[in-house]
Amino acid sequence: MTDVKRGYVRPLDIKQGRVDMSHGSGGRMTAQLIAELFAVAFANDYLGQGDDGAVLPAAAGRLVMSTDCHVVSPLFFPGGDIGCLAVHGTINDVAMMGATPLYLTAGFILEEGFPFADLKRIVDSMARAAKEAGVPVVAGDTKVVERGHGDGVFITTTALGFLPEGVSLSGSRARPGDRILVSGTLGDHGMAIMAQRESLGFSSPIVSDTAALHGMVAALLASGADVHVLRDPTRGGLATTLNEIAEQSGVGMMIQEPALPINREVAAACELLGLDPLYVANEGKLVAVVAGEDAELALAALLAHPLGGRAAIVGTVHEDSHHFVQMTTGFGGRRIVDWLSGEQLPRIC
Amino acid sequence: MKYVDEFRDGGLAKGLAAAVSHAAVRGRDYSFMEFCGGHTHAIFRYGVADLLPANVHMIHGPGCPVCVLPIGRIDMAIELALEHGVTLCTYGDTLRIPASNGLSLLKAKSQGGDIRIVYSCADALALAQQHPERQVVFFAIGFETTTPPTAVVIRQAHDLGLENFSVLCCHVLTPAAIVHILESPEVRDDGTVALDGFIGPAHVSTVIGSRPYEFVAVKYRKPVVIAGFEPLDVMQAILMLVKQVNEGRAEVENEFSRAVTREGNVKAQRLVAEVFELRREFEWRGLGIVADSALSIRENFSRFDAEKRFPLSYRQVADNRACECGAILRGVKRPWQCKLFGTVCTPENPMGSCMVSSEGACAAHYSYGRYKESERV
Repeated sequence: MTDVKRGYVRPLDIKQGRVDMSHGSGGRMTAQLIAELFAVAFANDYLGQGDDGAVLPAAAGRLVMSTDCHVVSPLFFPGGDIGCLAVHGTINDVAMMGATPLYLTAGFILEEGFPFADLKRIVDSMARAAKEAGVPVVAGDTKVVERGHGDGVFITTTALGFLPEGVSLSGSRARPGDRILVSGTLGDHGMAIMAQRESLGFSSPIVSDTAALHGMVAALLASGADVHVLRDPTRGGLATTLNEIAEQSGVGMMIQEPALPINREVAAACELLGLDPLYVANEGKLVAVVAGEDAELALAALLAHPLGGRAAIVGTVHEDSHHFVQMTTGFGGRRIVDWLSGEQLPRIC
Repeated sequence: MKYVDEFRDGGLAKGLAAAVSHAAVRGRDYSFMEFCGGHTHAIFRYGVADLLPANVHMIHGPGCPVCVLPIGRIDMAIELALEHGVTLCTYGDTLRIPASNGLSLLKAKSQGGDIRIVYSCADALALAQQHPERQVVFFAIGFETTTPPTAVVIRQAHDLGLENFSVLCCHVLTPAAIVHILESPEVRDDGTVALDGFIGPAHVSTVIGSRPYEFVAVKYRKPVVIAGFEPLDVMQAILMLVKQVNEGRAEVENEFSRAVTREGNVKAQRLVAEVFELRREFEWRGLGIVADSALSIRENFSRFDAEKRFPLSYRQVADNRACECGAILRGVKRPWQCKLFGTVCTPENPMGSCMVSSEGACAAHYSYGRYKESERV
């Protein structure tokens, strides 16, 4: 029997407290942050092992792994926040390979002075998104950087998924005669973020589309349609994604402007800022390139899914040694839908 | 979208296209210049050229404020941010324009320059009010459309007695550039360039009215049709120009009557006249030195003139010698006839003015229309 008292540790002051350098020191404060904030939110058996790495049951067959860094300003936006975005974004990368996402890891870089209340909101949102997706966060890490060396919080997530036998999706598999589908309206996420930025000074009802897509992918593959390529058109929007696929597959594409699903509010905000919705980011949409004869089958599968209500067939793949992505405009003309050069910036007149 | 979709209607476009085809006399060519980058953008973005008959040609004029901004002026803005440590507020379009020493405003920002994108000059003024300890400079570019707002903030800064706000004024004037093109030897003397008329500016004309173009019709015998920036506006203006040419008329007509009057916005004109005066000469990228083509800040408001507040000097910077922008802007050459086009000069790495902004003739052609070359070969 010893008479040394167990050290009393005052719980984290989630309401008023802020991250300081000691929370990244690796000492008691770090352990406390992990225990009281992260472990509580993400609680699962693998994370609960508490060792340097999580021991996971191995699946026989092929695995898909993908990692994604998330930096977004503002951290909270209509329809989501950096937390759920960090879960959805990485799960979606794995899903676009046709794989079933199994596990996630998360790395946090926190800026000194970041309020615990905001951190908790983000971590809870992440935990909720992971739970809804059925993909546990099994390992993680936290570091703290000095004030001014970060932007509140940066999150890196890695996802590991299982690739069923017979599934083979790649950006290099688009063939002449294939049809191009999108699973819903374009540009919602990017415009939700942009409308939120302080300097714009207009309020908008636009909501980010951030969502995990593996359920819709599973439904699409289960339909039996011969799917060649899946991609999520995130940064750079649909235009960039189609150019990537055209280049990788060595083909040309022709999309039809009137077929593109775009929310009225997004179209209006783009009009106001001189932006093109084809280049604006999505976080809950996919592009599918499907064998021509299976296009209607694939469309029906997307439309039947809760996230695919405004899915549409928007174009076709053809031979073109220049790998141009072109569009027939609603006006009756034709133009190239080029790679984005640099960041899309508002025009002055 | 109401009031927008009506002006982009494919069915109406077909009807207008048929009317243009019907009106354009076989066996003769029609060459029209759309002055404004906004029109150039609409023509490419909506594929207007695909609806025109083969004997109607569009020449893409110098009306893109970003394209014609000379490198020397961007150097000055960079100098303000990096050497004089000011907070430089700019419209987003100027950020990527390559300047001297491998710099651009974007790169100067990464080197620690405090450079901020604003959507309006009022944001720059507000920033100056919020940060009295910082010198805030607004990089004012653009034609007559963006000039009145700049005049407003200078007046406001004057009334507020702000000591930390100034403007690097690079505002330019449309009519002077049109004269410059009409007076170029290819157009005036030897007739190497056929120029049968102009599509006149949309937004600029809401401010200055249609009257300032009348000399083009009277003195140079060229028809002008002022048109809105929507694709149906452009089609309608082309039809009106074809008819003028057929009937041997040279008049200023107004297709954009929903926004433009003959007198324009008199209040805005007065405000501009109060704050600005004519510059003797100003360099236009692609056109060179153009007389009486720009504005500077009047003596009464010189406290808000960044060129007077800070020790700045203007240095002319030449474009690459193989660059054909000057010839392209006058309609002497087409973008794809320039050796640099699409090789060393691309939107990622623009060598000349026309490749700088998506409204420039070369960039619009490269980004939206280069499939035509691949089909021409």
